[in-house]
Amino acid sequence: MSETHAHSAAFVRTAILPPAAPPPGQTGVLRWMRENLFSSIPNALLTLLALYFVYTILAAILPWTLNGIWDAGSLTECRAIRDERGLSTAACWAVINERWLQLLFGFYPIDAPLLARLFYADELAAAGGMDAVFGPGSNATARIEFVGTMRAELGNALVFFFGYWRPLLALALLVVAVAPVLYNNLPRGMLIFSLIYPFLAVFLLWGGSIWGPISVALGLALSLYILKYAGARFGGLLGGLAMIVTLLCFFFNPLSLLGISGLFPLLPHVSGLLGTILPFGLPAITSDDFGGFMLAIIIGTSGIVLSLPLGIVLALGRQSSMPLIKWVCVTFIEVIRGVPLIVWLFTASLLLNYFLPPGTNFDLLLRVIIMVTLFASAYLAEVVRGGLAALPKGQYEAADSLGLDYWKSMRLIVLPQALKISIPGIVNTFIGLFKDTTLVVFIGLRDPLGLTNAIRATGEWNGIYWELYVFVALLFFVFCFFMSRYSMYLERKLATDRR
Amino acid sequence: MSDAQAALQDREINRSHMTVSDEIAIEISNMNKWYGTFHVLRDINLTVNRGERIVICGPSGSGKSTLIRCINALEEHQKGNITVDGTVLSTDLKNIDKIRSEVGMVFQHFNLFPHLTILENCTLAPIWVRKVPKREAEETAMYFLEKVKIPEQANKYPGQLSGGQQQRVAIARSLCMRPRIMLFDEPTSALDPEMIKEVLDTMIALAEEGMTMLCVTHEMGFAQAVANRVIFMDQGQIIEQNEPKAFFNNPQNERTKLFLSQILGH
Ligand SMILES: Nc1ncnc2c1ncn2[C@@H]1O[C@H](COP(=O)(O)OP(=O)(O)OP(=O)(O)O)[C@@H](O)[C@H]1O
Ligand SMILES: [Mg+2]
Repeated sequence: MSETHAHSAAFVRTAILPPAAPPPGQTGVLRWMRENLFSSIPNALLTLLALYFVYTILAAILPWTLNGIWDAGSLTECRAIRDERGLSTAACWAVINERWLQLLFGFYPIDAPLLARLFYADELAAAGGMDAVFGPGSNATARIEFVGTMRAELGNALVFFFGYWRPLLALALLVVAVAPVLYNNLPRGMLIFSLIYPFLAVFLLWGGSIWGPISVALGLALSLYILKYAGARFGGLLGGLAMIVTLLCFFFNPLSLLGISGLFPLLPHVSGLLGTILPFGLPAITSDDFGGFMLAIIIGTSGIVLSLPLGIVLALGRQSSMPLIKWVCVTFIEVIRGVPLIVWLFTASLLLNYFLPPGTNFDLLLRVIIMVTLFASAYLAEVVRGGLAALPKGQYEAADSLGLDYWKSMRLIVLPQALKISIPGIVNTFIGLFKDTTLVVFIGLRDPLGLTNAIRATGEWNGIYWELYVFVALLFFVFCFFMSRYSMYLERKLATDRR
Repeated sequence: MSDAQAALQDREINRSHMTVSDEIAIEISNMNKWYGTFHVLRDINLTVNRGERIVICGPSGSGKSTLIRCINALEEHQKGNITVDGTVLSTDLKNIDKIRSEVGMVFQHFNLFPHLTILENCTLAPIWVRKVPKREAEETAMYFLEKVKIPEQANKYPGQLSGGQQQRVAIARSLCMRPRIMLFDEPTSALDPEMIKEVLDTMIALAEEGMTMLCVTHEMGFAQAVANRVIFMDQGQIIEQNEPKAFFNNPQNERTKLFLSQILGH
């Protein structure tokens, strides 16, 4: 680099600079505080004011929370302990400690025979054995007393894991079923389980013969097969018609108008036949016994899973160029959205029976799930429509110009992008739906809030509010927070169009 | 004369496959189109033989885009007939999808699918429309990506590519359907001069292979180099059409003369 070269240009770089590390950081706590908290006098004042607010709030909440009393049999005992310790405020967490199972599961019955066999065998033998206590002709009062003492002695933890194994297993399997849908780096084969799961969950939660859910699954599979087979042979319209006829014959009684019953629906015949060949089942539990946070999860997840496809169909229908389809979708969306959810829930609980054919006994929980689904799908349709509208026209044209038909271009090009744009709105609707499940308390279902009333109605816990509400709030918060975090993860993962 | 035009003149063009056959690829007769009450295209008559390379030019708003978008039914015409590859364009959706899969189209703004990789962009239509097995579709896609000289970008997303690269992918994506006709709607007008050259090079290579091409473009260098016919449109009508040499050196219509003087800066 010593001699001067005969360059024609004034400057020519001969050596390329190696990449350098960025300048040493904006590190140091003090520096950060100076820049972010005290950068100017007004900012410093605002910081101090905010700190003061945070302090007052914590000063009110923390002692109450942390001094909380966990071991007490009633509110009066709680207060006595508090005064004894000389505390001015203290939460009475004992109510949660004692009643958390009820808040989670409502009056869902525990599997008492299993618990007795596993952990209470000696006492069971003393009481006369399995058949004497739980058998058909056994004394109900004696049984209730036996179960009561057993629960008290075994403690909540054992009862939770073994008494409620059915809902717990359903929840654990729900996680397994949902995982491949949420995270696409899991093996695709797991999706088969996701398809089976709904029937399995119904069996676990409601019990009864296993052939009931299996027959429903068979009926649906048969209808789909007929749609595919007849569709391929006789064209889409006839295929659809054949499927509808199959569905009607299997699940409803198309001859009821003629007053003929007994032959249709085919469903009970099929499941009855299978049940006599190979009887297997769990004790049946009716929807009336469902309650607690479990109820919120059941209504919430069913609503979420069912409303998304329906919402997408409605959004596409609203954009359709066929006036009839468009008109039906618009009317549906506007009517459902324009009326409060609570009105629809009352409709579900009171009015729906008048519109249904006489004799159909439609489970209240199922009706609520349908209503919640319809309600959420109307909102989702509008959210998805926003995503569809935000997509540049060029995307539709490029898909068209490659010869993709309507459904393929929707499925492969338009919806993946439109749904991605709509993720925040979709998750927002889901969170709303999940929290709205507490409204079912007004039509007599025992949601967690309804159960707080039931707990307060007992002599021991009369007059307790905050502790129960905090617990319920926490349960909901955990779920909603997961959903919101997941949506952020998804948005980040799908961000391919930015560099 | 722009840089891109100068660059084109350096290039030796291989004309051995540029043959025009007697077979008719596109026939448009008495075609009219209205947007509402606005008469965009008026009595268009145009016959394109297989192997022809046609450049369409004209002032903004003259209906060039509308004309070529009618050919693959992105726009509906109201009167007259369009026959593509022997199939008369009707409102039947099956018929339209068939024509679209035979006719490739390249847009001004590329219109790549941003949620799919370059390779997926290229294999999507062959797999779902032509039912080609995935492996085979990927091989074809790589073949055409090599042709447009960006095989190394196959696993990137469109957002990670430059404009010129994106447009070349768009061309490759159309070619993967093995179309018999290619339509270009101002493929270079959203690009910087350097990128214009890459895209024009790709288009020339396509012309050299004997592809039937209809290009809306204002790249007159391209027209002179490969077109066998230049069409001038104004106010929804075809005003003049001729071989490039005669068209540029000896325009007949006053409006053509005016347009050429503006665009060539004479
Ligand atoms: N969707 C539409 N609705 C109504 N008028 C339209 C529509 N699209 C185009 N037009 C009008 O039709 C005429 C022709 O449009 P077209 O896009 O075909 O012009 P062009 O020759 O391609 O112009 P450019 O060189 O600017 O692209 C223009 O006057 C335009 O305003
Ligand atoms: Mg145009």
